[in-house]
Amino acid sequence: MELTREEESALKGEQGEIMQMAYRILIATGEATDAEKLIPIEWAHLSGVNYNTIGDAGEEFLSSISKDARVTVKTTLNPMGFDIDNVINYGLDENFILKQLSIRKSYETMGVIPSFSCIPYEIFEIPKDGTQVAFAESNAAIHANSYDNLKTNKESAFSALASALVGKSPYSSIRKDDTPNVTINMKIKNPNELTYGMLGFFAGKVGDTSVNISGLAEMDNRQCKAMCGGMGTSGTCAKFIFSDGDSDCEKIDFDEKEMQNVHDELNTAEKGDMITLGSPQLGLDEISDLTNMLKGRSFQKRCMVFCPRTVKEQARKIGYTTELERAGCEILSDCCTCLTPLINKDNVDSVTTNSIKGAFYLKNSNGVDVNLKSLSQIIQDETR
Amino acid sequence: MKVLVAGKVEGTVLKSENPINFLGTVDKKTGIISDNNHDLFGKSIKDAILVFPSGVGSSVGAYTIYSIKSNKSAPLAMICKKADLTVATGCALANILLITISDKEFDSIKDGMRISLDTDSSNPIQNQ
Repeated sequence: MELTREEESALKGEQGEIMQMAYRILIATGEATDAEKLIPIEWAHLSGVNYNTIGDAGEEFLSSISKDARVTVKTTLNPMGFDIDNVINYGLDENFILKQLSIRKSYETMGVIPSFSCIPYEIFEIPKDGTQVAFAESNAAIHANSYDNLKTNKESAFSALASALVGKSPYSSIRKDDTPNVTINMKIKNPNELTYGMLGFFAGKVGDTSVNISGLAEMDNRQCKAMCGGMGTSGTCAKFIFSDGDSDCEKIDFDEKEMQNVHDELNTAEKGDMITLGSPQLGLDEISDLTNMLKGRSFQKRCMVFCPRTVKEQARKIGYTTELERAGCEILSDCCTCLTPLINKDNVDSVTTNSIKGAFYLKNSNGVDVNLKSLSQIIQDETR
Repeated sequence: MKVLVAGKVEGTVLKSENPINFLGTVDKKTGIISDNNHDLFGKSIKDAILVFPSGVGSSVGAYTIYSIKSNKSAPLAMICKKADLTVATGCALANILLITISDKEFDSIKDGMRISLDTDSSNPIQNQ
């Protein structure tokens, strides 16, 4: 990689150990992804927050570097393991809570905005078209590249953290004019959010760094989110483009058979002991949809609803939270369906959800079986 | 050859033909490989020049590399065929020399060899 004189000096340690480490991370990542230089970024979004995923090693690392490390650009944060307002109701062990709070403190000390959200694109203002950012959360990176006209690598927890400290990121191929390796022909008519999630999951498996999608009408933000969530779960692909693709680009159909394959891979139960909604976390429009669909009906099972704290506050002002709580929903901020310790195989065997990302992590990380259904089907089957 | 994390060391090669998943395969206190399906099972990677095809598994494994370094049980250097982001960022966090080499160069390095590495040199790998 080509480094400026200032970058060389930081790499030698002339700006302190923290900057030296951050540059080492950016350069190692850049060399591994064929970047030829570092470029400035305006916003970093960090993963590596949940104690369930980063463990003691992560907690100790963050605690150690937070003594000196400070972010130099706007930096936001992924969900953690629980909602501090109601964690007491969930019987979580004390060690988990203490370690999670230590992680939160370390990030706050470093100057990170404690947003605890995997949908930064819905709760923060989007910078102007073409702005370079560094997003680690996979659904957010894909959303930024495909829907928000921003540019980001699908960063790792480490390259995003180093980018936040330095204010730069490796200029890897996805930030340039990337060429999709495959065009997916969408053959399913009248898709719902679950269909979009499965299309995304399929696309993530066949796509390299980006894919073309053809045969799809304009999607709304809910559908886009479902697709980004599915895609980020299954592969390394970081962008989708609505295009028929060049004649020499490989073409693959996403038809009933392919959709059934995805469904069979992720749907492992006929019914769920409880329901979870929100992975990625729900935005205000989805909370509004849910409230309108309930119309006085109530869930017959536990239903956990995950949304960012700012969204919960907005929903409270409008009156949505009162209606959702009446219907039996538990509304949780700061955390998310996937990888939360609040759902585990000791307390439930299976979960009903409309989230492909949630399904994947519930099954693979939490060890819980999953029953996949669209939101309208969930309302029909699980409420009275 | 590509330098991911620069440095200068000399030591004895510990070579594996299997990829390594640092999260769960390596004991972060002792540096001993604890996965009994791995060809290095029971061996310690401490102070070795660890030569293996690539890292696999969750990127959180980078924190494990940082932990073994903090516990003074880390390898002196790592040499891989393919750069994966877990090993790249882990070695960067912990400041462990990391290079990638061709298949042919990989085959020429044997377990137990004494070598010296200097990423500033025009010929970074030297047999001793």
